[in-house]
Amino acid sequence: MVHTFWELPLIAATVWLLGSAPTLAQEQDTYTLVIKNHHFEPSELEVPADKKIKLVVDNQDSTPEEFESHPLKLEKVVTGGHQISLWIGPLKPGSYEFVGEFHEKTAQGRLIVK
Amino acid sequence: MLGTAIIVFREVLEAALIISIVLAASRGVAWRGVWVSGGVATGLLGACIVAVFAQTIAAAATGMGQEVFNASVLFAAILMLGWHNVWMGRHGRELAQQMNTVGRQVQTGEQPLFALAAVVSLAVLREGSEIVLFLYGIAAGGGETVSMLTGAALGLGAGAALGLTLYLGILRIPSRHLFTVTNWMILLLAAGMAAQAAGFLVQAGYLPALQQPLWDTSALLSDRSVVGQILHTLVGYNDRPAGMQLLVYLVTLTIIATLMKVFGGSASPPRRASGTVTLPSHP
Repeated sequence: MVHTFWELPLIAATVWLLGSAPTLAQEQDTYTLVIKNHHFEPSELEVPADKKIKLVVDNQDSTPEEFESHPLKLEKVVTGGHQISLWIGPLKPGSYEFVGEFHEKTAQGRLIVK
Repeated sequence: MLGTAIIVFREVLEAALIISIVLAASRGVAWRGVWVSGGVATGLLGACIVAVFAQTIAAAATGMGQEVFNASVLFAAILMLGWHNVWMGRHGRELAQQMNTVGRQVQTGEQPLFALAAVVSLAVLREGSEIVLFLYGIAAGGGETVSMLTGAALGLGAGAALGLTLYLGILRIPSRHLFTVTNWMILLLAAGMAAQAAGFLVQAGYLPALQQPLWDTSALLSDRSVVGQILHTLVGYNDRPAGMQLLVYLVTLTIIATLMKVFGGSASPPRRASGTVTLPSHP
């Protein structure tokens, strides 16, 4: 019965996927972060918990930046003078740090999920 | 300088580990050095092109071009890795039979090196384009070029050294087990890449997160630490994964392992050859 070894986790995962599917239909909001002089504005951004949100990162510097959050596993390059957007959550309440990886000393901030 | 070294090291590490596995998996195959170097070279060229067109890529797919691009590159690499393992499953047995009946050395020249070279190329392209953008940013921002280049060289050297260590480590495995081990490593590498691709698609809003994070083991072993990062590449370790990533990891593992079993006809990942394989000494 070598088959069961592979099939069990797969079945469990499928059941769990179907159970979680309704989260997709939730309402979605947009929040914006600005990068200026290798700093985030605001450096603390408050967003709602248990909700899928859209985050816009607007890079007003002329150099590229990589928006990165280790706790949220986000990673996206924002070229100079451009914006990117990405989807986050639904998240549990808490504080989640993010950085601009190319200027990690100054470009730091956190997402406050309430 | 140290900051540059660390960032370059992080990006280089993943590609270096992948190259090590590919080199170990193709041990004894004629022309593998040429194929792998070709993979690195085309990857570097591709990285520069991707960096130049970063904004075009980012703007594609209604702003989700980066995620689509990264996921596609990862998916292409997964296909190549899967193909390699299935090929090994099928032809490994034939080669072993040939060897037993004719009693000659295994002819490994026909192993699909193209697939492995493509994997190397795609890994270098993905990681390399971020390095190019990062270094361009420093240069354009009026940073110190000498310090930047020193840092980049240090990071590159450290990443390459770790890759070499892994390669030499794998080669210590006895020849008759070597390809069983490298097939397992390629299977896990592919599953880890699939989880990474799933992460990009969740970020782009194409897939639901299914609980994020599913668990948090960052206090135990952060995937930002060197050990955590090595495990991240080798087996797909993630200290705070989304549920979807675990699901995709398991599905990929199941699909490739099933294909390996169907084509290889054995319960464990197939070996290229069993018994007393004499490998040509590697160049």
